[in-house]
Amino acid sequence: MAFFIASSPHNHIQAETSALMRLVIMAAIPGVIAQWYFFGWGSIIQICLAITFAVLAEITFLAIRDKNIKAQITDFSAVLTGLLIGISVPSIAPWWITVIGSVFAIMVVKQLYGGLGFNLFNPAMAAYVMLLISFPVQMTSWQPANELLTHDISFFNHLWLILTGYTWEGFSVEQIRMNIDGITMATPLDTLKTDLTLGLTVFESISNPVFGENFSVGWEWVNAGFFLGGIFLIAKKAIDWVIPVSFLTALWLFSFIAFSLSPDSSASTMFHWLAGGTMLGAFFILTDPVSAATTRKGRVTYAALVALLVYIIRKFGGYPDAIAFAVLIANMAVPLIDQYTRPRTYGHKGAE
Amino acid sequence: MTERSEYKELSWQGLWKNNPGLVQLLGLCPLLAVTTTLTNAIGLGLATLLVLVCSNATISAIRQWVPKEVRIPIFVLIIAAFVTCVQLLMNAFTFGLYQSLGIFLPLIVTNCAIIGRAEAYASKNPVKPASFDGLMMGVGFALVLMTLGAIREILGQGTLFDGAELLLGEWASILRIEIFTSDTSFLLAILPPGAFIAMGFLIAAKNAIDSSIAAKQPKAEAKTIERVRVNFEG
Repeated sequence: MAFFIASSPHNHIQAETSALMRLVIMAAIPGVIAQWYFFGWGSIIQICLAITFAVLAEITFLAIRDKNIKAQITDFSAVLTGLLIGISVPSIAPWWITVIGSVFAIMVVKQLYGGLGFNLFNPAMAAYVMLLISFPVQMTSWQPANELLTHDISFFNHLWLILTGYTWEGFSVEQIRMNIDGITMATPLDTLKTDLTLGLTVFESISNPVFGENFSVGWEWVNAGFFLGGIFLIAKKAIDWVIPVSFLTALWLFSFIAFSLSPDSSASTMFHWLAGGTMLGAFFILTDPVSAATTRKGRVTYAALVALLVYIIRKFGGYPDAIAFAVLIANMAVPLIDQYTRPRTYGHKGAE
Repeated sequence: MTERSEYKELSWQGLWKNNPGLVQLLGLCPLLAVTTTLTNAIGLGLATLLVLVCSNATISAIRQWVPKEVRIPIFVLIIAAFVTCVQLLMNAFTFGLYQSLGIFLPLIVTNCAIIGRAEAYASKNPVKPASFDGLMMGVGFALVLMTLGAIREILGQGTLFDGAELLLGEWASILRIEIFTSDTSFLLAILPPGAFIAMGFLIAAKNAIDSSIAAKQPKAEAKTIERVRVNFEG
């Protein structure tokens, strides 16, 4: 039986996948600019590499699968995946890291599962986890913020570092990461974790220059940039506000509980908000419409689950940041969450 | 069925159509755990093959006297006896490999592929075809192990036959092939998730080959019988 759409006020939402994807890409710009300002050209080069190879991989595999290439490339989903990978890999990682990650994200995580809309996992995060597990050294070699560097590196040096592993003047990645005393600088999250295992308190640890005057040099502004972009997305109704709000609230809550119980071994709530990939995760990764939960109650559960996992992994796990692992584990739980948070059908009583 | 075609069918089933690794997906635990290098895979493949042939032959020989009610414990005991033999042999002659296979050598006892063949084939057929079935299933399983081991070793370390001297003696160290050298190893291929992903690709490749063969074969003309179907279900 067919229902014909007769005359009259049928107001269509003019949202297309491509428009949504373009909006999300645009919203990432403030965060990317902050990354560029504090960490130099490296992250821009990585983003370009990742997008190029994600799109190439998408075209190749759409051709193999006999799909309509033009229609599926212009939905910008591969570009967005590439962008997220480029943002999340360390800015001075070698080029093949980014290439392997982008191709893996598109080929294995997206196309093998059936393309956009069928992927169980967030492609960018699955690729990130694959890279982190496979190449832990390169994937944890983050460049300290520009102002902490002893060797100033330009666009050309960044390019050379990514392509060959050495700057034009011959400094290796390790040398770039050293401070004036010859000690390698890590990201704030990493530094805090290492210091805590060395028996320092949080208060002693944050005197390290990587934390700067506030929470973490550079990272706080990158997070602020992504936060700004996220607010723009919510205002444009591109993403549901429930996920980021419940994620950030839950993360705040967990870190607050830990901080009030043992302030010497737990970082502050704002540090957890403004370090690592928290804001990128909250607004750009958790809100992926394909791999996130769909019902409202489900979204709250999903976001709270990610927040709990992020906090636990950051505090007790072996890897410095936890967004990717937490998102993947929560993605696996999504079918179950959706099953148990199904809303009441209109006209029916609640579950018996 | 003539004897010849029976053997042909057994080989086809064991090596391809009903392969214990790729189709029945039995014995996945050792399959995924020890296939980090080709040498390990060959070692475990040979051990499993030996146990499978011996247990199939023995179970088939005593099948008349085994009461139906207690057959499973008896099968397990027989398999465990052969596994112990193999384990002691490997401990004596290939100690390095014995150490690198570790717990997965005694765990052959619990390999479902072996007890599955004992139950499904050996306990119902005479000794000769039963041993042949064990041989073919064992070879099929070993081939999957070796393919997976080779893929993971190449991806993970860029070598082939690394540590072959553990299995074959000192001369075998010349077998080691360095395919490419890299400062960083692709850890995922060596870790368990890499085994799952590689296994998925292997199964997909087998299915792709099967369906392309099926597509090439001329379609048998279906007999068309005109008849009126009445469907009451609506």
